[in-house]
Amino acid sequence: MADVNAAAESNGSKPNDVLEIVNLHVSVNGKPILRGVNLRMLRGETHALMGPNGSGKSTLGLAVMGHPNYEITEGRIELNGVDLVEMEADQRARAGLFMAFQRPVAIPGVKLADFLRHATTNVRNPNRKEGEELLPMREFRKELRSKMEHLRMDTEFARRYVNDGFSGGEMKRAEILQLAMLQPKFAILDETDSGLDADAVRLASESIAEIGRKNMGLLIITHHDKLLEHNPPDFTHVMLGGRIVETGGVELAAELYGHGYDRIRKAYPEAEAENRAMLEKEEPQTVA
Amino acid sequence: MASDLLSVPAGFAAADRPAGDDTIGEINKYDFRTESKPVFRAQRGLNRDIVAQISAMKGEPQWMLDFRLRSLEIFESKPMPRWGGKIDVDFQDIYYYLKPADKQGHSWEDVPREIKDTFDKLGIPEAEKKFLAGVKAQFESEVVYGSLKEDLAEKGVVFTDTDSALREHPELFREYFSTIIPPEDNKFAALNSAVWSGGSFIYIPKGVKIDFPLQAYFRINAENMGQFERTLIIVDEGAEVHYVEGCTAPMYTTESLHSAVVEIIVKRGARCRYTTIQNWANNIYNLVTKRAVAYRDATMEWIDGNLGSRLTMKYPAVYLKEPGARGEILSIAFASKGQHQDAGAKLVHCAPNTTGQIISKSISKNGGRASYRGLVRVEKGATNSKCNVVCDALILDPRSQSDTFPYIEVAEQDASIGHEASVSKIGEEQLFYLMSRGLTEAEASTMIVNGFIEPLVKELPMEYAVEMNRLIQLQMEGSVG
Repeated sequence: MADVNAAAESNGSKPNDVLEIVNLHVSVNGKPILRGVNLRMLRGETHALMGPNGSGKSTLGLAVMGHPNYEITEGRIELNGVDLVEMEADQRARAGLFMAFQRPVAIPGVKLADFLRHATTNVRNPNRKEGEELLPMREFRKELRSKMEHLRMDTEFARRYVNDGFSGGEMKRAEILQLAMLQPKFAILDETDSGLDADAVRLASESIAEIGRKNMGLLIITHHDKLLEHNPPDFTHVMLGGRIVETGGVELAAELYGHGYDRIRKAYPEAEAENRAMLEKEEPQTVA
Repeated sequence: MASDLLSVPAGFAAADRPAGDDTIGEINKYDFRTESKPVFRAQRGLNRDIVAQISAMKGEPQWMLDFRLRSLEIFESKPMPRWGGKIDVDFQDIYYYLKPADKQGHSWEDVPREIKDTFDKLGIPEAEKKFLAGVKAQFESEVVYGSLKEDLAEKGVVFTDTDSALREHPELFREYFSTIIPPEDNKFAALNSAVWSGGSFIYIPKGVKIDFPLQAYFRINAENMGQFERTLIIVDEGAEVHYVEGCTAPMYTTESLHSAVVEIIVKRGARCRYTTIQNWANNIYNLVTKRAVAYRDATMEWIDGNLGSRLTMKYPAVYLKEPGARGEILSIAFASKGQHQDAGAKLVHCAPNTTGQIISKSISKNGGRASYRGLVRVEKGATNSKCNVVCDALILDPRSQSDTFPYIEVAEQDASIGHEASVSKIGEEQLFYLMSRGLTEAEASTMIVNGFIEPLVKELPMEYAVEMNRLIQLQMEGSVG
C-alpha cells in the first residue's frame, strides 16, 4: 500500500492519483468477454461508461475490483504505476478502489454500522493486521452519524443488517454511505439496472455530487441520464464487443441517450459482430 | 474395600445416620464447613463405596445417599446410547470426586499450549492463578456479588450451590430435586445422579423479578469446575430470572467426562431464561441433560452456546405442561477439527394453546461434525399447538459435516408445526462484497459466521455477546481446538 501512495506523491509538482487500465483482457468461465480495454483516469475526473447489452461494462467494473470469477488473461490495472492484477479485492480496496453495486448481496446478521466500522478501519489503515484494534467506537459513531445526516438518512438505518431486506433505494443509499465513509481514490458505480426508480437514482447522483466528485475519480457505468445530470462526465466511453470503441465528452453521452447505439454499431462492425456473438451464447453474468 | 479407604468421623458414616429430615438440623449443628473434613483419598473408579464416600464427605442425609446408590444401579444397568456420538470412555478410569486441593495439584505446565494461548487472547490476566484455584470468579465480581447477595436475600431469593442448598433448604430441595429428570431418564442422568457435586440452586419467590442476570461464577465455590454439576432452578408464580452459566475461557480439565443435569421448574405466569456459553477443550465429553417444565402461561427460554469439545450431546427440553405455556430454544453448535457436536432441542406440547420455537445454528469447519437432533411432540389433548423449528447449518469446507435429525410426532389434527432447514457455505458473492470493502478473506469469513449466529448472540448479555464473537473469531482462526 505504501508503494501506491508514494508513487502518487512522487508524480511531479502537482501529485494526482492515476488509474490506468492497459490492454485488459478478461474471461469468465473460460469465455473471453473483454478484448483489450484501455482507459486512463485521473482522480477528480468523472468518466461515463456506456454501451449496449453484452458489451462488457459490468465485467470491466468487476474485473477492476477483483471479483474472483473474472480472470484477467492479459493486461494491467495500474494505480499510480502499481499493477493491481495480482492483488485480492481487499488489497485493492485498501489501495483506494471502491465499487458500488446495483444489487449488492445481503449479509444477514451483520449490522451495517459494525461492517462499516471494520471496513473504514481497514481502508484508513491499509497496513493494519488482523485482530488489531478497530477505530474507536465513539469517534466512529460520531462520524457515521454526521455523514448519515448529511445524506439525509435515518440513523436507525445503521442498525439494519447489511442489504438484508433492503429496498432498491435503500441498497443504493447504503452503497453511497459506504462511499462517503471509505473515501476512495477511485470509485466504480455500476448503475446498469434500469429497474431502479427515478427518485433513488436522483438521490444517489445528488449525494455523489455532494460527497465531492472532485475528490474522487468516478467511473459511472450507466443507462440513466439522471445520474449524469448531477455528475456530468468529463469523458464518455462507449463499449461494444468487449472493447472501448469510442471516447468523447459530455455530448457523446447526450447523443447516446437521445439516439441509442445505431451509429456506433454501424461505425464499428467488427465489434458489433463480436457483441452479437456474445449475446447469442450469453451466460448470465455474475453481478454482485 | 470400605475399610482401607478413609476414616469417617462418627456421626457421618452412613450406618450411624438416622433417617428422616428432622436430623438435618443436627448435622448442621456440627457446622460442617468449619469441621475438619474427613480425609478423602482421591481415587479412580466408580462403585458403591466411592458413591457412599462422596455422600459422606458432603454430610448428606440418608435419602440422598439412597438416591445416589439407586442411581448407580440404574447407571450400571443401562446400555450406552447407540445414537449420537461415539463415547470412548472407560468409566472405571475416571476420578468421580476430587477435592479442590487435588484440582489445584494440576500444574500450569500440563495445560495444553492452545488453551493457554486462548487465555492470553481473551485478555484474561492471572489465568494461571485462577485456573489452579478452580475459581472462575474475579475479585471484582466477589465485591459486586457481596452487595447483590443482600439485595437478593431481602427478596427471599435463594441462590447458592446445590450442596449448600441441600443442607440449608432441605424441604424445598427435596420437593423438586429429580422430579424433572429422574435417574431412569438416561444413562448419563443416572451417572450424574449418583456422583453429582456442585451446580447452582436457585429459588425465586412469587412475583419477584430479578432484572439482572444471575451468573454461575458469582458462586464462589471451588467446585465450580465440577464434572457432574447438578443445577435446580425453581421460579415461583409470576417471578422472573435469567441465569447465565459458563464462561468463554476454555474449559479444560484433565478429567474429560462432564455430565451435568439441569432441572428447571417455571410456575404459572413465571419466566426463566437459562443461558450457557461454554468453550470446551478438545478432550472433553460434554453430555448434558437439561429439561424444564413450564406451567400455565409460563415461559422458558434456553440459550445454549456450546462450542468445542470432543463430543457434546445436549438437547435442552421444555415440557409445556399447561395452557399458555411457551418454550424457546436457541442453540449454537460449533464443531472444529476433531469435534463432534450432536445438539438440538426438545419441545413437548402437553396441553392446549401452547407455543414453541427452536432456532438451531450449527457451524462445522476443518473436518468437524455438527448435527441437529430435535424433537417436537404434540401429545393427545394438546390442541392448538404452535411450534416453529429453524435449523440452519453452515459448512465451511468440504471436509466438514453437518447432519439433521428432526423428529416430529403430532397427535392432534390442528397442530401448526413448521420446520425450515437450510444448509449453506459461505457465499462467494458475500466474501467478495466484504473483501471489496477492505476486509481480508479471514475477516470476511468471520464476519459472515458471526452474522449467521446473530439471532442467538443478540439474546446474550452484552459482555457475553462480545466474548462470543471473539470466540468465533478464535475458532475461525483455528487457534482453539
